[in-house]
Parts: sequence; structure tokens; C-alpha cells
Amino acid sequence: MKILFNLAWLSIMSRSGTAILTVFSITISVALLLGMEQLRQSMRNSFLQTVSGVDLVVGARGDAIPILLYSVFRLGDATNNLRWQSYLEWSADKRVQWTIPLSLGDSHKGYRVLGTNTDYWKYYRYGKNRKLDLKTGEFFDGLYEAVIGSVVADKLGYQLNQQIVIAHGVGSAALFEHDDQPFQVVGILKPTGTPVDQTIHVSLEAIEAIHIGWEDGFPSIEASNPALMNLTEIQPKSITAFLVGLNSKMHTFRLQGEINAFEKEPLSAILPGVTMQKLWKMMGIFEKTLMTMGALVILSSLTSLISLLLATLNERRREMAILRSVGAGPLTIFYLLWVEATLLCFVGIFLGFVFQYGGLIFVEPIIQDKLGLQIFLGWPGTKELLFFSWIMAFGMLISLFPAWRAYRISLHDGLIQ
Amino acid sequence: MPILKIDKLNIPKASRTLIQGPSGSGKTTLLSLLAGILLPTSGEMVVLGKDLTRFNSRKRDAFRVDHIGFLFQQFNLIHYLNLVENILLPCRFSKLRYQNVGNVEACLQDEAYRLLRYLGLDIDQLSNLETRKLSVGQQQRVAAARALLGNPKLILADEPTSALDPQNRSAFLELIFAECSEKKTTLIMVSHDTSLSGKFDQVIDLNELNQQARC
Repeated sequence: MKILFNLAWLSIMSRSGTAILTVFSITISVALLLGMEQLRQSMRNSFLQTVSGVDLVVGARGDAIPILLYSVFRLGDATNNLRWQSYLEWSADKRVQWTIPLSLGDSHKGYRVLGTNTDYWKYYRYGKNRKLDLKTGEFFDGLYEAVIGSVVADKLGYQLNQQIVIAHGVGSAALFEHDDQPFQVVGILKPTGTPVDQTIHVSLEAIEAIHIGWEDGFPSIEASNPALMNLTEIQPKSITAFLVGLNSKMHTFRLQGEINAFEKEPLSAILPGVTMQKLWKMMGIFEKTLMTMGALVILSSLTSLISLLLATLNERRREMAILRSVGAGPLTIFYLLWVEATLLCFVGIFLGFVFQYGGLIFVEPIIQDKLGLQIFLGWPGTKELLFFSWIMAFGMLISLFPAWRAYRISLHDGLIQ
Repeated sequence: MPILKIDKLNIPKASRTLIQGPSGSGKTTLLSLLAGILLPTSGEMVVLGKDLTRFNSRKRDAFRVDHIGFLFQQFNLIHYLNLVENILLPCRFSKLRYQNVGNVEACLQDEAYRLLRYLGLDIDQLSNLETRKLSVGQQQRVAAARALLGNPKLILADEPTSALDPQNRSAFLELIFAECSEKKTTLIMVSHDTSLSGKFDQVIDLNELNQQARC
């Protein structure tokens, strides 16, 4: 046994040039596959934790996925708003610990404007129960103050005290601008890796104020004259949706049923966790593509290992004949080739892990800072060990082929050189 | 169609036998048979008192390394092992040969050095032990040392001197003869060099022996 490993090792070392290249190709492919897997997981986690700690999302009567899309992901539009009065009623319920009202519909240069209140700042959570954090400035408390997400600040190059004008509607429908009532940026949020980064936050009252006189969808005469408005007495009349946190998870289904059966207005309460899972599954093709690509990369590098071994078999006929003359059986030759291939595989895969985790520690702070995406998910555990074993087992399996070829050759050649 | 058809061939123990014949006459096949690499399709073959046809392949592999030392024409060495490791190879695969040397790792090295010096290769004068750096003559000496190490009872040599120049040739053979006589080792050598005939106890012309070639 010892002589087998000795021979295999020295044989590899004598071909160190090609051996290093082969190992390197395995290393790269394993690191790539691990990287893809990690990216997949962190994207999944980041997606499923776009909001966290929210027990119910309530909007006007509709399907779960559209409600989730416009309230949490800020994609698409709500067909109906819900009355402010209904919101007040439900937020006063004893089982409700907190609520965050959301008012959507306006935009600024393609970024959504979200009307909310300071509860957003207090209760909004994403990721693993992470709070929103300000990079500079403070959260709004005045009427014409805005807090912008990190992507908005980066892409539009906005600093504190920047004046911005909000457009009525979103996308190509945003024809009219509320240019008479500009907002001032008072805070810039840190990256979260969630749609918050692409949102401009203002107060509910501000949303109401800029729409006074806009009931027909365009400015009336009084709307263009703020002096005509009594800004201190502005009360929102409606909002788009609200997020609900409960005192106890046990009330979730009960409260959901009650909201869905609310008599004064047709409302829908959805479970954000379940709905996000559903949505992620609809995007399953993305995950599968990533994994298939990774597996193909591994396959190609292992194939190159096998072809390398097969290519050298012919020049190794003499070596095999000598070994047979000093007592090695054809099986010993078989094991020799197998151990060689296995050693190359092992070193390659091991280095792949080292590279991947080493590189991850290096890039983690950068990605965390720029994208808000948490890539480092902990040191290799059972799952990674299993992963390692699978690739290793596969490598050993296909290495049987050159080993078997060598066995046939040495059986056929005998001592003939 | 068999390559060899030999009615009877008897080689006495501790003798020196030369097998002659042109290339293609089946010399290497005969050596492969004696080494238990090939088996006769019919008949009996007894080597050192053992009928190899009754052994399975694993047993024949073990028998080979325990009792037979090989010496080929050239390219005898494994290039990724240094010359001492090359010499010690049979002892790595055979417990018997390991024990014959002295059953201690330190003895192996000493015996390898002794054989090398005896065969005219002074290891202390080599700048390194790398196999690639050796000349053809030096490589043959290393291969001979490997064949002799651990006292195998039979040495099979296939044109061991053909790569050497004539002066070295006979000196090299004499040394192998002397070592074989001392250890009572049987030597069977294949060659088409007729000038060597006089140094052997027995000379066999394979063309005469082989009935297959005649008909």
C-alpha cells in the first residue's frame, strides 16, 4: 500500500507541469461551482428576506402575488387603494403590535416614491432581522423631506440637501411633475440589497399635499398655488397597503381571515413569507440553470483529467512492464493509475474549496457594502462536505476508466517493452 | 497457431544458459513463459520446482518477484524514481527478497550500494541520484543491481549487453557471472551475439528447439 502511494506521488511529481495544470482546472471549476451555489443561496436568502418580521400585508382586494409585488418589491401598480379609516381601524386592533402604511404611485426619474411614516424607520426589517441604517443624514420628519435609498443616491449622484421634484404616476405615465413642491433629501440609507435601495421615502402627508387639487389626474388651479392649502391639517385619505406585525404569531391566520371578511371595504391580507416562497419557485429555472452550468464545468475539468491520463498511458507502457517485472500485478498497475487520478482530484477539489472560501472572505466586505448582498454564509458544513464527497466520488468513478485501460495494457504487454 | 512448441527443455539449477535465435524466433515469449507472465496453452512448465500452470495470476506475480530477477536490453529504470529507489523496487513488492537482504531498511541501502560498487558504479562519485542523468552503461549496472538484490534464485536477462560497447560488455557479464556463482543463482540469458557462447554452460538454439519453427 505504501509503495503504491509513493509511486503514484513520485509519478505525479515527475509530470508536475501537466499535473499542476490539471489540478488548476479542477480547482477553478470547483471554486466556480461553489461560488455559483453560494450566489444562488445568498440570492435566495436575500429574496426571501426582502422583508422580515412582517406577519401580514394588507391591500385592496386582490391576489396575493400582485399585492406582494407592489407592496414589497414595488413592482407594478395597485388597482385600488384602501381607505385611511380602514387602516386606522386595523392598526388599533389589540393583536397588532405595529403597522407600516405604504402609499405608492408617484415616481422620480424612474424610482418609486413611497409615502410612509416614522414607523417605517422603526419597524421595517429585512434579512436576518436587520434594521434600516442611514449612511448620512436623518430620517424625514418635515413635510417636504425625503430619504433616498443607496441605489438612487448612487445612480442619480444625489447628496444631502439635493432638491428633487416628484412626478405624478410611474414610468411613461409620469407626465406631470409636482414641480411646485420640491423635496429636499435629508437622509441616505445604507445598501440593503432589497427594493428599499431604489426607493425615495417621503411622508404620507407629503404625498397627500402634492396631490391636493389633482383629483382629476392633472393639476387644477388651486394645486399650483400652495398658498391656498392648509398644510397643517392634511390627513391622508387613502393608502396603497400596510404591513402588519403581530404581538403573537398565533393570531396570524385568525386576523387574516377577519381582514379578508372586513365588511366596510374589500381587503386582502396575505402571508408575505408563503407568497415570497411561491414567487421564488416560479423563478426556479434560474436556480436550475446555475446548478446545471456548474455541474457541466466540473464535468469538463474532470474529463480533461481523464484524457490527460489516457494520453500518457502509451508512454507509460515501459514503466508498466518494469513494474510488472519487479512483482506488480496488473491490479497493482490499475490501483497505481487510480490513486494518481484520485490524488489529482483530491488536491484540485481541496484547493477549489480553499480558493473559494479564501476569495469570499476577501470580496465579502466589498459585496456587502456595494450590493447589500450577504454572500458569506458560514464555514463549510455538512452540506459542503457532502458536496465535496460527491465531486470526489464522481472523479474517482470516472478515473476507473484510465485505470482499467492501464490494467488491460499491462495484462496484454506483460514484460514486452 | 502456437508461437513456441517445445518438446522438452531442461535447465539445471545454478547453471548458466544462453538462448540464441534471430529476432522473431520467440525468445521473449520463452522468457515471458519462464517468468509466469504467459502460460503455455498446453503442457507442463516447472520453474524452481513449481508448476506455474497451477498458480493463479496473483500467485504467479508473487512468485516472480520472490524468485526471479530481470534484466532487459535497455530502459530498465523508472525515470521518476532515483537510482537507489529503482534498485530497491523488488524488495518493496516481495517480503522474501526484503528478508534476504537483512529485513532492515538500513541493510537495503547498504546492499544496494555494495552491488553498485561491485558492478563498477561508484555511487559516491555521482553528483546526484537522478535516473535521467545516467548513461546507458550506468543504467544497465543499476538494473543489474536491482535484478541481483535479495538473492533471487533465477535471473532472466534479455540482451542485457546489447546497448554496451564491447569492452564493457564482457566485464559486465563477468561480474554478473561471479555474483550468480557465489549465490548459486541460475542464469538464463537471451542473446543473438554468438561471441558469448563460450562463457555459458549450455547454449540453446531456439530455432532448433522450437518444433513450430521447423514445420
